[in-house]
Amino acid sequence: MHGVAETMAVVGTAVHAAQSGEGLQDLTFPQLLLEHARTRPDAPALREKYLGIWQTMSWARLAEQVMALAGGLAARGVRRGDHVALIGDNRPNLYASMIATQCLGGIPVPMYQDAVAAEMVYVFRDAEIRVAVVEDQEQTDKLLEIRNQCPELATILYDDERGLRHYFQSGVESLHALVAAGRNYNQAHPGVVQRHLEAGGFHDDCAMFYTSGTTGSPKGVVHTHASLILPSRTVSRQEALGPNDEVLAYLPMAWIGQNIFSYAQWLINGFTINMPESQETVMIDMREVGPSYYFAPPRVLEALLTTVTIRMEDAAGFKRGLFRHYMEVARKVGGRILDGDRSVGLFERLQYQLGDWFIYGPLRNTLGMSRVRLAYTAGEAIGPDLFAFYRSLGINLKQLYGSTETAVWVCVQPDGQVRADTVGKPVEGVEVRVSESGEILVRSPGLLREYYRNAKATAEVKDSEGWYRTGDAGYFDQEGHLRIIDRARDVGQLADGSLFAPKYIENKLKFFPYIKEAVAFGQGRDQVCCFVNIDFEACGNWAERRNLAYAGYNDLATKAEIYALIGSCVDQTNADLARDPKLASSQICRFLILHKELDPDDDELTRTRKVRRGFIAQKYAALVEAMFAGKDSQFVETQVKFEDGRMGSVRATVAIAQAKRHGSLAGAA
Amino acid sequence: MEGHKLEGRRIGGVILDVRDISLSFGGVKALTDISFDVREHEVRAIIGPNGAGKSSMLNCINGVYSPQKGNITFRGQTFDHMNSRQVAEMGIARTFQNLALFKGMNVVDNIMSGRNLKMKTNILQQAIRIGAAEREESEHRAVVESIIDFLEIQAWRKTPVGRLPYGLQKRVDLGRALAMEPQVLLLDEPMAGMNLEEKQDMSRFVLDVNDQFGTTIVLIEHDMGVVMDISDRVVVLDYGKKIGDGTPEEVRRNPEVISAYLGTSH
Repeated sequence: MHGVAETMAVVGTAVHAAQSGEGLQDLTFPQLLLEHARTRPDAPALREKYLGIWQTMSWARLAEQVMALAGGLAARGVRRGDHVALIGDNRPNLYASMIATQCLGGIPVPMYQDAVAAEMVYVFRDAEIRVAVVEDQEQTDKLLEIRNQCPELATILYDDERGLRHYFQSGVESLHALVAAGRNYNQAHPGVVQRHLEAGGFHDDCAMFYTSGTTGSPKGVVHTHASLILPSRTVSRQEALGPNDEVLAYLPMAWIGQNIFSYAQWLINGFTINMPESQETVMIDMREVGPSYYFAPPRVLEALLTTVTIRMEDAAGFKRGLFRHYMEVARKVGGRILDGDRSVGLFERLQYQLGDWFIYGPLRNTLGMSRVRLAYTAGEAIGPDLFAFYRSLGINLKQLYGSTETAVWVCVQPDGQVRADTVGKPVEGVEVRVSESGEILVRSPGLLREYYRNAKATAEVKDSEGWYRTGDAGYFDQEGHLRIIDRARDVGQLADGSLFAPKYIENKLKFFPYIKEAVAFGQGRDQVCCFVNIDFEACGNWAERRNLAYAGYNDLATKAEIYALIGSCVDQTNADLARDPKLASSQICRFLILHKELDPDDDELTRTRKVRRGFIAQKYAALVEAMFAGKDSQFVETQVKFEDGRMGSVRATVAIAQAKRHGSLAGAA
Repeated sequence: MEGHKLEGRRIGGVILDVRDISLSFGGVKALTDISFDVREHEVRAIIGPNGAGKSSMLNCINGVYSPQKGNITFRGQTFDHMNSRQVAEMGIARTFQNLALFKGMNVVDNIMSGRNLKMKTNILQQAIRIGAAEREESEHRAVVESIIDFLEIQAWRKTPVGRLPYGLQKRVDLGRALAMEPQVLLLDEPMAGMNLEEKQDMSRFVLDVNDQFGTTIVLIEHDMGVVMDISDRVVVLDYGKKIGDGTPEEVRRNPEVISAYLGTSH
């Protein structure tokens, strides 16, 4: 503790001096940490569930751990400007290592823990990473596997020691040992870490995120303390976030959203982050923690809804009836009540209240959302029905718009002005305009400084006046809300010139619990066809209840009954599309159920699970052509990559089904 | 898995010695004059085609069957036949080929049942749950939790075991055996009925148990790939007779084994 007390005293005086002026505004992440440790030493900074019990780490204890780790990293040769890789699930030590790296002026590079080793090589070489902090044996093995391709990589530090006791390779060390080495270093070199920490400037680089990129090789997005902190702080103020908020840190650290919501805003506001035991326990842990501030990409919300739907279908008839009835009530008035709409009648309010007692309250509790005061969804567009579902339950779910390059915050929906089809108004301090070609341009303190060692790419997206090209097409509506049409690249036209927005169609399909992923094709064609990935869990459950035997995903996906089930989903989607005059001609003509799940390991999805449309169209060209040619089945052989990196192939004859098209109802309505 | 065999583990002296065991059910000879030994800290496999007598062999060691002939020496003590409670008390635990879990109980309780022999307080104290009983329960719960963590089944703590998929039930079964903190662990086809990924997971758990707790492991398996990867030494049985014994490489080269087992089924 000695080292920390000393550090805190040093920084404490610096902070005191700063508090009188605007200086406090310019604290870096490690300086923010020490500020919390000084002012609220015993308040909980983070919790981790260990052996079934939530263990709390206070700000003071965290600061002590960070100083020791920083000493250790310094002893292992981490210098200002060095990149340090972080690979693993959300673990206290990985967060502490991130701050520790920043203490020394190093730049943490969080990476997706489910990426296969070969994918990591590019980042290690591009960023010339010498030190990596990883979670466990799995990640250590991956790095050892690629070490000969990454000559710079000298030190691998692991957190969980399990299975690693007999690794005697040079440069492989436990964080536990590093902390001990760090304490010795700090004693032998008093004040070194502190001096680095104080020398750290607000506008220094502080983290680098590799964009998953739906096209091309990944680019390192360089952010400074200022760019991550400034917009996040503005939004924290707008949304009244404070030290008493609780957050569940459960998304990959490599995703900018995770970094903003549970790292940047955590250190800005000093709230508590809670780390689940494992990926599988997230739902249970979420119930136990009861976060007040929650964020989830649409796919997580979709998966939750699927779980709810499956469980309701398995419930007794009476409960199912009650659920259906009150969900209908919620659909009609829930969202309006949440928006503070005065026109909702007394009777309807009463009905909603009853529903709240019987259904919504218990359901929110099951979802772990009882205490959610503010929830965001981001990452990609959310289906309107999915969005409405959560809002109708009384959960203040809002959309926001942003990307890795903008440090998330571009637009946020203000309370009471939440709509399914817009992403809200620009955040204070962020300028947004739409170029003549319809592309959204952003100027904000949160913009990336540059793409790492890629001046050409930087110049392509950022002009001399500081405007950043988002690559998204959109426009402002009459009330000043930004409306995103689609990735500018993706929006197209059918052969007859009518609008074709694939994402919109896919989101409609994905709202059905039975459909996990969809890819629509139609650019320059006379009709729309689409691939569907079934949701194995939901369809499996559906099949079991009908005594339909199946061997596995592949088998289930080819069942005629499943085709009929998905057919009915497509049919409803078409009926919906028919209602919109602009989209009536994008009704789906034919569809097929893919014989394998789209997987990031096969490059079909990005690590954040976005569909890589172009790649899929190329890879499954035979299937796409067969659909448009009107065939009723097509043989296909595809390469698949197993989790351990081995290759295999899957052969299948995929059936193609016709969908029912609806006449345009626009005239009648 | 390669790293496992490289360094670190110290294989000790003979801990379990099986001599001339013969077992028959009426006219059927299940085992004929089987002898082999198990050294401390090693992973020892018993392989053979279906009906070769592998499970019968485990059942003899474990006291479920009493062999007509032969004896078993465990830590210097020699027995004509073993008694299952005594076996458990001496530190030999086992898992079952056809899972014998309490289906209606949850994962924690199932694993806790493996602590049975370690509990000192009586049923009355436990019912009232005061003083020693409460302290004891939390101590045992801590052990159970570390096993749950070890086997990565945190998400299913409170789930009734009957509702879990087969691969997870196998893991719970292993967890309950581990709860006894055994010196020797007998695993009866731990990988049976699993897919490739589940097999890899299970192999990793078996090796980790061996590595972390130094537990001696005797396992029956008929997936040759798994056996060759994770065992130190292998005994091969066929029609109740021992036809091979040695390291995986030796066994793989043994002509009798090839014709009896590898040759026919692959």
